[in-house]
Amino acid sequence: MSEAAPPPPPPPEPPLASSPEGSVSGLQTFYDRAGGLLVPIAAALLAFVIGGIVVLITEKSLSAPFEAYQAIFQGTGLGWFIPGGDTAEEARDLQQTLLITTPLILTGIAVAFAFRCGMFNIGGQGQYWVGLLTAIWFGTHFDGMPPVVHVTLALVAGIFAGAVWGGIAGLLKATTGAHEVISTIMLNWIAIWVGKWLLEAPDGFLQGTDPSLPRSDNIFDSAKLPAIWGALQPLHAGIFIALFALIVYHLLLNRTTLGYEVRAVGFNPDAAAYGGISVKRNYFLALAIAGAFAGLAGAIDMVGWKYRLTSTEFDANFYGFTGIAVALLGRNKALGILFAGLLFGSLIVGTSPRQLDPEVFNPELATNLATMIQALIIAFVGAEFLILYLWRARRKVGIGPKRAAPEQG
Amino acid sequence: MTEPPLLELKDITKRFPGVVANDGVDFDLRKGEVHALLGENGAGKSTLMNILYGLYHPDEGEIRLRGEPVRIDSPHAAIDAGIGMVHQHFMLIPVMSVAENIVLAMEPRTGPFLDHGKANERVKEISERFGLAVRPEAMIESISVGMQQRVEILKALYRGAEILILDEPTAVLTPQEALELFEIIRSLQAEGKSIIFITHKLGEVLEIADRITVLRRGKTIETVPREGATEEGLARLMVGREVLLQVEKKPAEPGEPLLTVEDLRVYDERGLEAVRGLSLEVRSGEIVGIAGVDGNGQTELVEAITGLRHIDSGRVVAAGTDITDKSARGSLEAGVGHIPEDRHRRGLVLDFTLAENMALKDYCEEPDSKWGWLFPKRIIARAAKLLEEFDVRGGGPQTPAASLSGGNQQKVVVAREVSRDPRILVAAQPTRGLDVGAIEFVHRRLVAERDEGRAILLISFELDEILSLSDRILVMYEGRVVGEYPPTVSEDELGIAMLGGRREAAA
Repeated sequence: MSEAAPPPPPPPEPPLASSPEGSVSGLQTFYDRAGGLLVPIAAALLAFVIGGIVVLITEKSLSAPFEAYQAIFQGTGLGWFIPGGDTAEEARDLQQTLLITTPLILTGIAVAFAFRCGMFNIGGQGQYWVGLLTAIWFGTHFDGMPPVVHVTLALVAGIFAGAVWGGIAGLLKATTGAHEVISTIMLNWIAIWVGKWLLEAPDGFLQGTDPSLPRSDNIFDSAKLPAIWGALQPLHAGIFIALFALIVYHLLLNRTTLGYEVRAVGFNPDAAAYGGISVKRNYFLALAIAGAFAGLAGAIDMVGWKYRLTSTEFDANFYGFTGIAVALLGRNKALGILFAGLLFGSLIVGTSPRQLDPEVFNPELATNLATMIQALIIAFVGAEFLILYLWRARRKVGIGPKRAAPEQG
Repeated sequence: MTEPPLLELKDITKRFPGVVANDGVDFDLRKGEVHALLGENGAGKSTLMNILYGLYHPDEGEIRLRGEPVRIDSPHAAIDAGIGMVHQHFMLIPVMSVAENIVLAMEPRTGPFLDHGKANERVKEISERFGLAVRPEAMIESISVGMQQRVEILKALYRGAEILILDEPTAVLTPQEALELFEIIRSLQAEGKSIIFITHKLGEVLEIADRITVLRRGKTIETVPREGATEEGLARLMVGREVLLQVEKKPAEPGEPLLTVEDLRVYDERGLEAVRGLSLEVRSGEIVGIAGVDGNGQTELVEAITGLRHIDSGRVVAAGTDITDKSARGSLEAGVGHIPEDRHRRGLVLDFTLAENMALKDYCEEPDSKWGWLFPKRIIARAAKLLEEFDVRGGGPQTPAASLSGGNQQKVVVAREVSRDPRILVAAQPTRGLDVGAIEFVHRRLVAERDEGRAILLISFELDEILSLSDRILVMYEGRVVGEYPPTVSEDELGIAMLGGRREAAA
């Protein structure tokens, strides 16, 4: 440590521990801990406030933001948890919210796992698509298979496909040093265009029986996940798989040697290499495992409720990208990803025009509001240092007397 | 004394949240003296000097200059009062010339433009007056660290400094450069300048200071004249207890060779040959010290032995296993322990807990894990035992490594490496940045490990350390071993060899 650095506070007792790091980073640990919850919550609140201001300006009414948020909340079905609501309608909305939350949790894990290895996986979207496309093929073949076997096969195939897609980026990084941000973005586009080609091209590999439609066949009933709640578009058992995946994620990261290596590489590749850990191997494995989670998300969506794919959906489905926001807001923690997934799932469902009374809330504004809030949350979580700084400044003002800014010597 | 001292700091108190950095500190400086401010890291030396230089404002106490109270509330005010400071990290602009850096902010001008001729002339003038030879036209980035320090001193003198604060000035210098710096300090003294010399190195204090003030935990412990001061006495004042400066050790009893390096060739990042046909041998029960100026291939040698760098040609054999160009894991499994030169970059994962750091090399083996499944409780229990055994303070097994002091962090590294029971221990700069107490601990531990029969390869830029610990000394220069010496060799002789002065056949 530089002796010119500011306050060198000697800890009271041990004569050997008299270097400045002691209590300074003790303070830092506190901020980090506070920041663990403070930043995501502050970011989400701030995003909602700014979203509210936008509503206020466009609707030119003071009560509009409150009405809008109330309408969104109603649309999410979260009121089902509050005693005494219209349970039938709220149950139906909540089913949809959880239906969307399921893939978001999984794509969130896909981003978070790579994060913990020090990489930014932008490829969740592409990995989601290859998982989904693979599940279509397995779901539309093997007629007559026992249901449990068939659906498991489709899911495992989706996991595997996602792992390959993520693994390609990992392999490129490990062998040539190609940056994962670039390669995963490229792989997204490859997945999207290959997917379109499979559905749209004459005699496309996945094209359904009606060649005039860019659409796959329905998967067989034996390849569908069982419904667990609701009737029309019911919640399926995939939500349990997603919750189980959160547990797997947590244990894999914290209780296995693989997770230890991944975290060591993510925090400090030099020290990891010094400890005998192969950094390259972990880059590859981390992206492959991340891809597996995103691939599972796609496969679950296919066997859980979509059952077939129309090529126009490539331009409308962004669950893979939303996973980035989920991981950021959830701070790469299993519990955080659960709640962040639920928040974004609620936003998407709550603002979907189908749920809203156009008298209360202009439908165009509604969907855009969801995207906007999502973007603001990402921006604010990214700007965590700004929020921490404001937080600290507030504390400083409270303390009072003018304090010389600690200047770095 | 009829005349008041040139500078007096009286009863200075400075509090930071949760800590009193300076607690009623008294300090005075007489005209024309070199006054050393001695203390461990975190004793409050830098805080006090930052107050004097106007970077901090004291909560209590006053500063008197020639008997008059003064208020110094910015570095600008300090400069106006004739106080100059040379920081440990230089504040120079690398792409500008020496003269430009020196006259910065007080440039001689012709119209709105810098008068280069006049600037060079003035710089030459003061550099000759104080005997600090520099080339005014040279670019900062192209001159040595020692030269850059001269430029910093000249900058202070150019701005009219009568009082010069030197903050740990020798930390960045080679032994030869340090000697030159002492010459410069003496000539400044002869010109009537007064100097405050901040350090935690005892030898330097006795070499250069007229008086010595010792700070410990923010308080003035004592001010003593150099006459009669001893290293032991000063160390006791600094640490607050008896410190064994001289490592006690029995004569070495070398056994069979454990580490053999033959004709090793290794390239550095830039693709230049850093180790050029180096051979050495370390036997069990001996410490072989490698002396040399930084950048002569020591880092690359260590990385090659520990499997962190590709070996171009040659051979490394550790305890009978050929580990030439094996991975880091191959090297450590062959029994090579490694205390890395940079504990922040390599030695520790700062965001990991101490327990996780202790497991950095064992996480994949029983009892820490089995079939890929970790057992955190066992890891924590083992770490708790090691933390106690190695007297690591400032946290338990669950504390993040980042929140420990440097000395305790180094103890964690040493504990991990030693507890793996390696046959060979490569210790690179094992005491860099540590203070007296922690250095004592590490040194004693290394000697104890030697007595256990390990082969220890010690790499250090501190000649003191090499001389007091080694049983044999190899001097490394430009990627080769250029001489072998017994530990009784004089510092001068080693210093000359380190600069390539004499070449002998490698042993």
